[in-house]
Amino acid sequence: MTMQIPIEFYLILSAFMFTVGVTGVLIRRNAIIVFMSIELMLNSANLTLVAFSSYLGNSIGQLFVFFVMTVAAAEAAVGLAIIISLFRNKLTLNLEEINILKW
Amino acid sequence: MSLEIILFILFAAVAAASSVIMITRSDAVIAALFLILNFASLAGLYLLLNAQFIAVSQVIVYAGAIMVLFLFVIMLLRPEKEKILGNKPFIKIMAIVVAALVFIQIDYMIFFSKSNNITGQTAASVKAGTVESIGRELFTNYIIPFEAAGFLLLAATIGALVLAKKKFE
Repeated sequence: MTMQIPIEFYLILSAFMFTVGVTGVLIRRNAIIVFMSIELMLNSANLTLVAFSSYLGNSIGQLFVFFVMTVAAAEAAVGLAIIISLFRNKLTLNLEEINILKW
Repeated sequence: MSLEIILFILFAAVAAASSVIMITRSDAVIAALFLILNFASLAGLYLLLNAQFIAVSQVIVYAGAIMVLFLFVIMLLRPEKEKILGNKPFIKIMAIVVAALVFIQIDYMIFFSKSNNITGQTAASVKAGTVESIGRELFTNYIIPFEAAGFLLLAATIGALVLAKKKFE
């Protein structure tokens, strides 16, 4: 029995979510929301991996998603710690005011 | 229409809509709640793809652990509300246009690539997504990446503690 939904549907949904994540990173200036948009992009990549893994009948793709989740958890912990220490020093989360590395 | 197609349309619509709502809310708490909704509907899509293990870990790790961490930080720091297009609307509208071009480009690649005749077999896909087959791969062929992932989590825990605590005197 073959799957009823063409794989393109999953890929298009994933592309749409990735695009929304890119837009969020580009237009938002709140550091936490930019960070959440990055999580959204990671998830859309995960959806592509799981879709191909399932349609090809190979579990390696889902293994890769497991590792991506591990890295995302580590990234969220460290990133939020950086945001907390940034807020402690600058008292703002607006990315336009955090520009000490710009010249 | 079969149940599979109806469920796909439901979950995909919720995922797409909640992601758009997430980036357009000015309040960070509401944005985080819509991101949780997005992750939950993605878990439903993973179940439709017969990826049981990934669906459960999506709910536990993403919608549970990571988003609770986000909500804690949002409520701790209480960021001020921002206007969506802000004080430079032209640059932001151009950013949206560029992102839409990226979307069109990815769709072009999806439809005109030569690998678009993949048809999944339900039996093979069910077999690939079980905890058994993933665990077997994880603890035999991929044991070194697994240990490295554990070490990465340890390093991230220590790094988060060091970064977030106050300075020594």
